[in-house]
Amino acid sequence: MQHTFIALVENKPGVLNRVASLFRRRNFNIESLAVGRTENPEVSRMTIVVHCPNGEVDAHKIEANLYKLINVIDVQDVTHQPSVTRDLALIKVRVEPERRAEVNGLAEIFRARIVDVAVDSVIVEITGTEDKIEGMTELLRPLGIVEMVRTGQVSMTRGVNDGVRRVPGVNGHRVDAMTEMLAMTP
Amino acid sequence: MKKGAEILWECLVREGVEVVFGYPGGAIMPVYDAMLNYPIHHVLVRHEQGAAHMADGYARVSGKVGVAMATSGPGATNLVTGIATAMMDSVPVVFITGQVHAHLVGGDAFQETDVTGITLPITKHNYLVMRADEIAEVVREAFFIARSGRPGPVLIDICKNAQIEQAEFVYPEEVKLPGYQPMTHSPRNLLDDAVKLIEKAQKPVILCGHGVLMSKAEEALMQFAVKTQTPVACTLLGLGAFPASDPLALGMMGMHGEAYANMAIQNSDLILAFGMRFDDRVTGTLKTYAPNAKKIHIEIDPSELHKNVYADAPLVGDLNTVLTDLVPLVDEYDHTEWLDQINDWKNEVDSRSIMNWDDNGKLQAAHLVADIWKATGGDAIVTTDVGQHQMWVAQYYALDKPNRWITSGGHGTMGFGLPSAIGAWFAHKDEEIWAVAGDGGFQMTAAELTTAVQEGANVKVAIMNNNFLGMVRQWQEFFCEKRYSAVNMITPDFVKLADAHGVPARRVTKREEVNDAIEWARKTKGPVVLEFLVEQEEAVYPLVPPGAALDEMIRRPVKQAG
Ligand SMILES: Cc1ncc(C[n+]2csc(CCOP(=O)(O)OP(=O)(O)O)c2C)c(N)n1
Repeated sequence: MQHTFIALVENKPGVLNRVASLFRRRNFNIESLAVGRTENPEVSRMTIVVHCPNGEVDAHKIEANLYKLINVIDVQDVTHQPSVTRDLALIKVRVEPERRAEVNGLAEIFRARIVDVAVDSVIVEITGTEDKIEGMTELLRPLGIVEMVRTGQVSMTRGVNDGVRRVPGVNGHRVDAMTEMLAMTP
Repeated sequence: MKKGAEILWECLVREGVEVVFGYPGGAIMPVYDAMLNYPIHHVLVRHEQGAAHMADGYARVSGKVGVAMATSGPGATNLVTGIATAMMDSVPVVFITGQVHAHLVGGDAFQETDVTGITLPITKHNYLVMRADEIAEVVREAFFIARSGRPGPVLIDICKNAQIEQAEFVYPEEVKLPGYQPMTHSPRNLLDDAVKLIEKAQKPVILCGHGVLMSKAEEALMQFAVKTQTPVACTLLGLGAFPASDPLALGMMGMHGEAYANMAIQNSDLILAFGMRFDDRVTGTLKTYAPNAKKIHIEIDPSELHKNVYADAPLVGDLNTVLTDLVPLVDEYDHTEWLDQINDWKNEVDSRSIMNWDDNGKLQAAHLVADIWKATGGDAIVTTDVGQHQMWVAQYYALDKPNRWITSGGHGTMGFGLPSAIGAWFAHKDEEIWAVAGDGGFQMTAAELTTAVQEGANVKVAIMNNNFLGMVRQWQEFFCEKRYSAVNMITPDFVKLADAHGVPARRVTKREEVNDAIEWARKTKGPVVLEFLVEQEEAVYPLVPPGAALDEMIRRPVKQAG
């Protein structure tokens, strides 16, 4: 199954490389990775979606290995936490002027926007969950998608307190996860 | 204001560095130029791999951080094997490499290599330093990271301009690493889980790993083992953490472990894994590993928990702290029945042991190890290379004291024996030091003999010459129907080779010459080489074949015994 991690990392050169290298080295596949600045200029934030064939055990491995990177300040596995998740896509569709209305209609249903219009094409911007973007893509495909770009998923847990405040390294959450794993054993 | 190079040395002095192993070159020349003004001894090696292993050996016996230094490009890449060796065995070494000028980085300048890129997966952390004013903070952090938590190598790649430029020297009193806070204690509720498992156990076994030595938990381990009457098996790197002569000691576990240690593990109902990581060399196939045992795993590195073996009670923290917390929580137990059972397995071994062979006129490497053990009272610092001889030393140089056993476990690096011994000598110049090597591995770093001469390093080298890459030959014998492929090796005349280096040497071909030669080596000052022409096609037993269960060992046939 897929797990979603939020990692707060020091905003220094090479940190993205360290994180990416870790996943390759430990033999996990990244489904999507989004990096950006945060409210604190010294901290960058990554949302990493990873395929975890062995479920919680893999998730623990990933979290613990991320913590081993000196530049990683905090890691949260938000897979099972109430959170808001978004992905943004720009989709360029080939349309003759007379069929633009069709695209417009679709965009409206998906609450997407047409952000650029050329003679032979339009660019649709859509924000939402993975499912929503896939849904829209499927409907646009018959019209002719010229190119498409996605930012990768970003996530944020709901509320001010996510319920598990953790000290990096001395990780209450991590211990919780282990207790969960204990409960899972036959 | 000081030059970056001076700041570097100022920092090394403040970190308590006494000795640096290295090799100069263009991109690190300013550092070597500044070095002359500082009270740190520099050992000029013959190949940077040697420098890495020396710093490693020094760190392993001293418990301090070792330091190795090299220039950019080929100097740095020559270190790589040594860095990986230190990484796999969690040894604190700080590696310092020169890098081309910051403004040339990325332009394929002469001897430019992306060293931080290359070493990213084989260091605990690494730094690329482009300005002089970064050096003090980086060096301070590097030493802190190398020795704390789960120790490991840290590399600092310093651009040449940063070595030359001036900066204010402020030695940071504290390190600020928001993302680095190794855990020391384990929460009480997890300790309680462990206590409950210990209470129920009838057939417990302790697996003692390198972590016991690194967290200095030997005392706590002894208290725990005696109080709960639990036998102790050691990993290759855990040897020495629990006295081999103790009645509870089971010796080494794993692929070439004692048969009774492996039997005990497979038949146990509780495994207490202390500072070890369930490497495939100690578990055999995981599918059938200790099938009826619950597992308590104490580790400072949370990523080791559940990595290979699922832990019923995972405890994170510094082993000594956690064990010290745990000892008062457990009751005294008496596992006589279990210990008797193990003793039966132990007694059966005598009939197979190579130690009970009659003299057939041939030299057996295993016997020689035992002879060296006797001569040195089991008290020398011993390093090995990698191969059959390494396993025989692990089996027959029975250690009662910690931190006197240096071997490349995780990385299995041939060429490690001699340089690590030289490094160890710098930590304990008054101690007897032996390096045991095969003829193959010795040749990989034999050039460091000159380094030993130049430094007057008092190390005794025992080459077990079987004219084969013995361990690979054994595998070909056992698993490839004896099709020998690229294992037969011509060796130079090691006595002449030593002689050319100015090192006293003797070749030993007969049993009756052995003790004399060992005593001669011990009495002779400075480096000495003994070449033993040993039985060519001897095998290490027991052997757990790859993919087999831990107790499916190939044993030494009974009929071979004398
Ligand atoms: C650098 C390196 N290359 C190759 C190997 C694979 N290897 C492991 S043991 C061994 C044979 C070692 O032969 P020798 O040094 O003569 O020691 P012996 O096994 O005969 O005691 C080899 C080639 C290794 N461990 N390290």
